[in-house]
Amino acid sequence: MLAVKTNKPVNFSESAQAKAREIMDRYPTGKHKSAIIPILHIAQEENENWLSVDTMDYVAGLMKIKPVEVYEVATFYSMFNLKPVGRFLLEVCHTGPCAVRGAEWLIDYLCSKLNIKPGGTTADNMFTVKGVECLGACGYAPMMQIGKYYYEHLDTPEKVDALIEQLRNRVDYKHENWVV
Amino acid sequence: MGKKLLTEHIHVPGINSFDVYKQHGGYASVERALKQMTPAEVVEEVKKSGLRGRGGAGFPTGMKWSFIDKKSGKPRYLVCNADESEPGTFKDRYLMEKIPHLLIEGMIVSSFALEAHLSFIYIRGEYKWIYELLWKAVNEAKANGYLGHNILGTGYHLDIVVHCGAGAYICGEETALIESLEGKRGNPRIKPPFPAIQGLYGNPTVVNNVESIAAVPWIVNHGGEAYSKFGVGRSAGTKLISACGNIRKPGVYEIDLSLPVKEFLYSDEYCGGMANGKRLKAVVAGGSSVPILPAELFLQTADGKDRLMSYESLNEGGFASGTMLGSGGFIVYDEDACIVRNTWNFTRFYHHESCGQCSPCREGTGWMEKVLHNLESGHGTSGDIDLLWDIQRKIDGNTICPLGDAAAWPVASAIRHFREEFEWHVAEPELSQKRNYGLLNSTKEKLYHTEATIES
Ligand SMILES: Cc1cc2nc3c(=O)[nH]c(=O)nc-3n(C[C@H](O)[C@H](O)[C@H](O)COP(=O)(O)O)c2cc1C
Ligand code: SF4
Ligand code: FES
Repeated sequence: MLAVKTNKPVNFSESAQAKAREIMDRYPTGKHKSAIIPILHIAQEENENWLSVDTMDYVAGLMKIKPVEVYEVATFYSMFNLKPVGRFLLEVCHTGPCAVRGAEWLIDYLCSKLNIKPGGTTADNMFTVKGVECLGACGYAPMMQIGKYYYEHLDTPEKVDALIEQLRNRVDYKHENWVV
Repeated sequence: MGKKLLTEHIHVPGINSFDVYKQHGGYASVERALKQMTPAEVVEEVKKSGLRGRGGAGFPTGMKWSFIDKKSGKPRYLVCNADESEPGTFKDRYLMEKIPHLLIEGMIVSSFALEAHLSFIYIRGEYKWIYELLWKAVNEAKANGYLGHNILGTGYHLDIVVHCGAGAYICGEETALIESLEGKRGNPRIKPPFPAIQGLYGNPTVVNNVESIAAVPWIVNHGGEAYSKFGVGRSAGTKLISACGNIRKPGVYEIDLSLPVKEFLYSDEYCGGMANGKRLKAVVAGGSSVPILPAELFLQTADGKDRLMSYESLNEGGFASGTMLGSGGFIVYDEDACIVRNTWNFTRFYHHESCGQCSPCREGTGWMEKVLHNLESGHGTSGDIDLLWDIQRKIDGNTICPLGDAAAWPVASAIRHFREEFEWHVAEPELSQKRNYGLLNSTKEKLYHTEATIES
C-alpha cells in the first residue's frame, strides 16, 4: 500500500515522547529497535489514528533508526492505517467462525445504514467500516473492534443502531491512549 | 464435572488482583520452586507431567525446555506466545483477561527453570485492554517482591516485559514472533538454527503458549505425576477449548483430555448441543488450520470407535479420516453451512496473512482464493476442483513455515470429505446462489443429533 505524505510538521506531545523513551528502555542495551511497534501505536494516536510518511519519519528520528526500517514495519502490520480513517474505525471480524454467526449481515447492515462501502468513510468523516480477520472473539460473534474496545453479540439491528447512536454523541472522543 | 486445574478460581470476584489471587493460593509455586527446588528439578517435574504445548503443535514442554542451550553462557529468554490469532481460538484471551496473575506466576517459575532473567509476553495488538491488565499484574507482582531483584530473598532476579504486536497472524509462528519482537517484519526464519540455540537477539530462547505456561504452577505445586493422571495416555492433563459456531453455548471450557467428543458437544456442561434445533454437519476441531470433518467422522472414527477430545483420538485415521486437536479452536457447522463458502473464507484468511516470502504460499493461497471464489459465486468449471487439489498439494510441505500447510489442509479436507458439494456448485450454478447444499443426499442421518442427548 502506498503511504501518504502530508508535509505537515510532526511533534509528539511531551507525555508521548516520555512514554516512547520509557518503552525503548524496556529492552536490553542496544536493542531498543524492539520498541518500534509499541511506539508506532503511540504515533498513530498522536496522528488521528493513521501513519503518514511524515509521522513515520518522525518516529525514525525519535528512535535513531533509518526511515526505511520504520516503513518496513508499518507496512507489514494490519493495525497500522496508512491513510486517513474516520473518527471511529469500525473493524468487523469477517473470518469463518464469525461469518457463520452473522458477520456478513453486520457488515452489510452497517454499510447500508451509513451509506458507504466496506473500507469507506462517511462524508462527515465520523465512521469507517472495515472487514478484518479473526479478532479472538469467535464465540461472541457478530462483533467488531472500535479503538481499544470489543463490541460483541451485535446480532440485531437495534443493538447496532444503539451503538452507533452512542458513538455519534461522544463529542469528547479521542482515540484511546494506548500504552501503559 | 471434570476437575479444573487452570480455571478453578476463575470466577472468584476480584481474582484479577494480586491480593485476591494470593488468598486463593496464588504464587505458591514461586515460593516452592525458588526456595525448595533447583531449575533442573522444575524441568524434571514438567517432563514427568507429560504437558504438551497448547499453542497447536503439541510438542512436549519439558523436552523443549531441556533443549535450551545453557552451556554457551549467553543470556536466555522465555517468550510467551500470546498472539492468539488462529480462527476459532479465543482461549488464551479468557485466561489472561480473567486471571492474569496465573500467567505471571507461570512465567516466573518457567523462567526460573530456564535460568532466564528477562522474559517477554508477546500479545497481539488487538488485545489492548489485556496488554494493560498484564502490565498491571506485572507491576503488582513486582511491588510484592515476586519480580525484580532478589525475588523472595532467594537471589534470583527476573524482569518481565509485556510487548504488543499490531495485527499479523503469522507472528504467532515462533520465529516470526521473534523477528517481530526484534522490531522487524514478521517473516519466519529458516530452521535450523532453532530458537533454543539461536532465538531472540541471537540468544537461546524458548517460546511457549500462554496456556502451556499457565499449567506450570499446578504442576510445581502438585508434582508432575499428579498432573499426568489427568487426561489419557500421551494426552496428559486438561485443555482449554474455545467453542464457537452453531452451538447453543459458545465459550471457553476447560476439559479433561479424555472427554468424549459427544459429551463435549452435546452436554449442557459444555457446548449444550446444536443451536436452534439444527442438525450437525461438520466440525473443525482445533482451529481453522486443521482438517474439517463431516459429522460422522468427527463423532466416530472410521472403524466405529467413539472419539475423545485427545491428541491421539482426534488424529486417528490420519488425514484420511481424522484431524487434530490443534489450538483447541472448536468450530461447529450446522446443516445450513456452505462448505465451499467456508473454505473460500479460510483461504482468503491465509492469503491475507501470508508473509509472502515463499512463492508456493504467496501465490498458491491467492490462486486458491480466486478459484474458490469462482466456485462459490457460481462461476466454477469442472476442472476447478482438481485444480484446487493440485495447488494445495504443491503448497503442502514446500514452504519455510507451516502457514503454507495450514492453508493447504482446510482445502484438501473439504474436497476429500465434501467433493459432492463442490461438484454441485459447478453443476447447479444458479441454484447454488439461492440455497446451500446443506445435508442433501446424506446417508448418515442417525448420527446427526439435534437435541442435547447426553446427561451432564
Ligand atoms: C502460522 C502459525 C501461527 C501460529 N500461531 C500461534 C499462536 O497464535 N499462539 C501460539 O501459542 N502458537 C502459535 N503457533 C505455534 C508456535 O509456532 C509455537 O509452536 C508455539 O507457540 C509453541 O508453544 P507451545 O509449545 O507451548 O505450544 C503458530 C504456528 C504457526 C505456523
Ligand atoms: S509459508 Fe507463507 S507465511 Fe510461512 S514463511 Fe512462507 S510465505 Fe511466509
Ligand atoms: S472468527 Fe471472528 S473473532 Fe474469530
